[in-house]
Amino acid sequence: MSAERLFTFRNPWFAAGVGITGAIALLSLILGFVVLPYAATNSRLTSLWDAVCSAAGVPRPTATSETEKPSFTTSNVVMNSRTFGAPDTRSVGRGATLAMQCAICHGSNRQGQVDTPNLEGQPAAVVYKELRDFKAAARTSAIMSPFAIKLSEQDMLDLAAYYSYLPRQPGSHPDPAVTAPQVVVRGAPMRNIPTCASCHGINNAKPGTPWLDGQSAVYIKAQLQAFSSGTRRNDISEQMRNVARQMTPDEMNEAARYYAAQP
Amino acid sequence: MLNSKHLVLAHFWLAFAVFGLALLLGEWQMFVRSPLNPWISNSELYYRSVTAHGSAMGYVFPTLIAMGFGYAITEFALKKPLIGRRWAWVGLLLVATGAVTAMIPVSLGLASILYTFYPPMIANPFYYIGIVLVVVGSWIWVALMSINMAAWKRDNPEKPVPLAMFANVAGAYLWGWTAVGAATEVIVLILPVALGLKTTIDAGLSRVFFSWTLHAIVYFWLMPTYIAYYTIFPRAIGGRLYSDAMARIAFILFVVVAMPIGIHHLFADPQVGAGFKFIQSVFTAMVALPTLVTIFTICASAELAGRLRGGKGPFGWVAALPWDNPMMLAVTFSFVMLGFGGAGGLINMSYQLDASIHNTQWITGHFHLIFAGAIVIMYFAISYDLWPHLTGRALNSARLMKAQLWLWFVGMIVTTFPWHYVGILGMPRRMASYDYTNPAIAPEALSVSISVFGGLLLLISAGLFFAVLIRGHRAPQSDPGEYRFSVAVHEPTRVPVALNGFALWLTLMITLTVINYGYPIVQLLALRGNAVPAVYVGAAR
Repeated sequence: MSAERLFTFRNPWFAAGVGITGAIALLSLILGFVVLPYAATNSRLTSLWDAVCSAAGVPRPTATSETEKPSFTTSNVVMNSRTFGAPDTRSVGRGATLAMQCAICHGSNRQGQVDTPNLEGQPAAVVYKELRDFKAAARTSAIMSPFAIKLSEQDMLDLAAYYSYLPRQPGSHPDPAVTAPQVVVRGAPMRNIPTCASCHGINNAKPGTPWLDGQSAVYIKAQLQAFSSGTRRNDISEQMRNVARQMTPDEMNEAARYYAAQP
Repeated sequence: MLNSKHLVLAHFWLAFAVFGLALLLGEWQMFVRSPLNPWISNSELYYRSVTAHGSAMGYVFPTLIAMGFGYAITEFALKKPLIGRRWAWVGLLLVATGAVTAMIPVSLGLASILYTFYPPMIANPFYYIGIVLVVVGSWIWVALMSINMAAWKRDNPEKPVPLAMFANVAGAYLWGWTAVGAATEVIVLILPVALGLKTTIDAGLSRVFFSWTLHAIVYFWLMPTYIAYYTIFPRAIGGRLYSDAMARIAFILFVVVAMPIGIHHLFADPQVGAGFKFIQSVFTAMVALPTLVTIFTICASAELAGRLRGGKGPFGWVAALPWDNPMMLAVTFSFVMLGFGGAGGLINMSYQLDASIHNTQWITGHFHLIFAGAIVIMYFAISYDLWPHLTGRALNSARLMKAQLWLWFVGMIVTTFPWHYVGILGMPRRMASYDYTNPAIAPEALSVSISVFGGLLLLISAGLFFAVLIRGHRAPQSDPGEYRFSVAVHEPTRVPVALNGFALWLTLMITLTVINYGYPIVQLLALRGNAVPAVYVGAAR
């Protein structure tokens, strides 16, 4: 038994094993890399090599290479986990000086207006991104846009550093009686609405998303409506627009009221 | 003759202890995401539990069973003491240490990434280190199985390797090679990110490496079950194995074609070319072959037993089978579940059909039916068969055993059939909560609730299983006699060298892996700019 040579085509097991496996592999390679690419009704293949490359998944420019340009400006801010390191104290100081012109609306110690967001303690990425978007006109506001246009890159970084350095202030209208509505706690899976906290959690936020607890209900609702109607569109990959479009007016009211009532 | 009783018992008990705990978590998960329970309000707890359940059931439990059963087979089939018993203990220690190391971060909520890792989610490094230790422990077993078979062949050059050992080594080699994918993923791609040396990861490449492991791991789980079909079942029902050669061919086919097919798990992934999805789909279809061969051979063996017991006519032999024998029941149940699960599997491996059930609860239903159903019920049967030889005490709870097997079978059907159904309705998997008040989801509520009760039956069945084993340990001592494997109708006196070793088949396995995985891996390695920022689980952001 041990004298029998295995690795030779004279051994029927070897011949059959290698032959059948090879034949199946070859046949499926021909089918998968030649026949099926040509069989695809939308194929725009120019040659056999093209068919093989397409089936192998080689990245290629698509036939329609010119992308459609939107009629509006989109956000060009790139966020990653390294965008903001520890705040630099000089940057915080410069930011504090610059922020004096913000205080008239954004107030300090929650003295701002109801239609403006509270910035104290917001992550640096949030303030920076919104300022960049206002400056680039990806987000527009009759009041904010003129302020942002004259800010330099360093000004925006300083303001972001300053506001993230401040401690978050407790909400102005905490109301423990307001319970969390369904749309906040569970989202709506069938409408592709995730729970708000999956991005906006205080301890667990995605880069560039603000925390919402204690923000003004008027402001939150206005932003949801703006996302929904498309008048605000500086959210990355339409994340907020996709959520807001799916929300009912009642859900917007409930979510805004809930967050405003948080401490 | 079994010199390593304690070794085998330690493997089995650790395996079943892990199984028992993970089963509790599984039923808890079924319950909390069902309409019977108001939402637990913290999704993270759910994913934590899923990670623990999956890691324990997928990596630790079946690996320990395969290892323990493999050591038992080595001594029973080769009729000589295990070579390298100290190393076997080291392997067990590594698996146990790895399991604990991995479970600590999981229970702290630092590794809620599910057992399939899902980069760019990155867990605490100790989770991955634990999993690597489990795999390294099992590789010691792979090496020992190989060494023991080689030593036996050297001493018995003219004899065919006993079927049980041949099949056992097939499983070992399959695992040895298939674990390379996930090990590469963890060690090369994930651990540097988990340890903070890098902050980005190529999630697509990671998924391709994981798919290398992800499908063949199921066949590794399946191996003890198939070994029991061929080498225990015919003997247990008083018959003979229909064909020794067909058995060897079935195990060889598993070695060759079970490995390079995992990309059918990535049908919805854009980073792999359609051509490779197709070729792997073809080889996935090929895996049906050894299973069909097995079903034929085992049914033929059962028919032999039925006719030996006086069964007549085309179906009379079925009635004549020993239906009060736990092994008979277990194999029947296992076949029924394998049949349904296999049919579901044909849907999963078909590109177009997969599109309708991809990432739905159908998939979770499917792998529970195959693994927790068809495979695990045979783990129970194997334990019942081996226990008297491990403890030197008879298992006298025949009625309890039958009740346990029945409950497991019924429980698994009640759990998984509605589970498949809600998948067809479109219920996504890997979600912690469902709003059943939503009219779109409401039709799923009843089926999900039924599954919870199926899970309850499984819990009761597991309780009975432990009761049987513990009563076995307390029974009076009795000599179980020599352990015997099934005898084939035509006992082989010599087999072709191709059916007596794995050199050719391992060569084919590795060649096919290179054909099916070589280009996708090289392409993704060469591609620049496809790394994404890691998402650290449990870290403050």
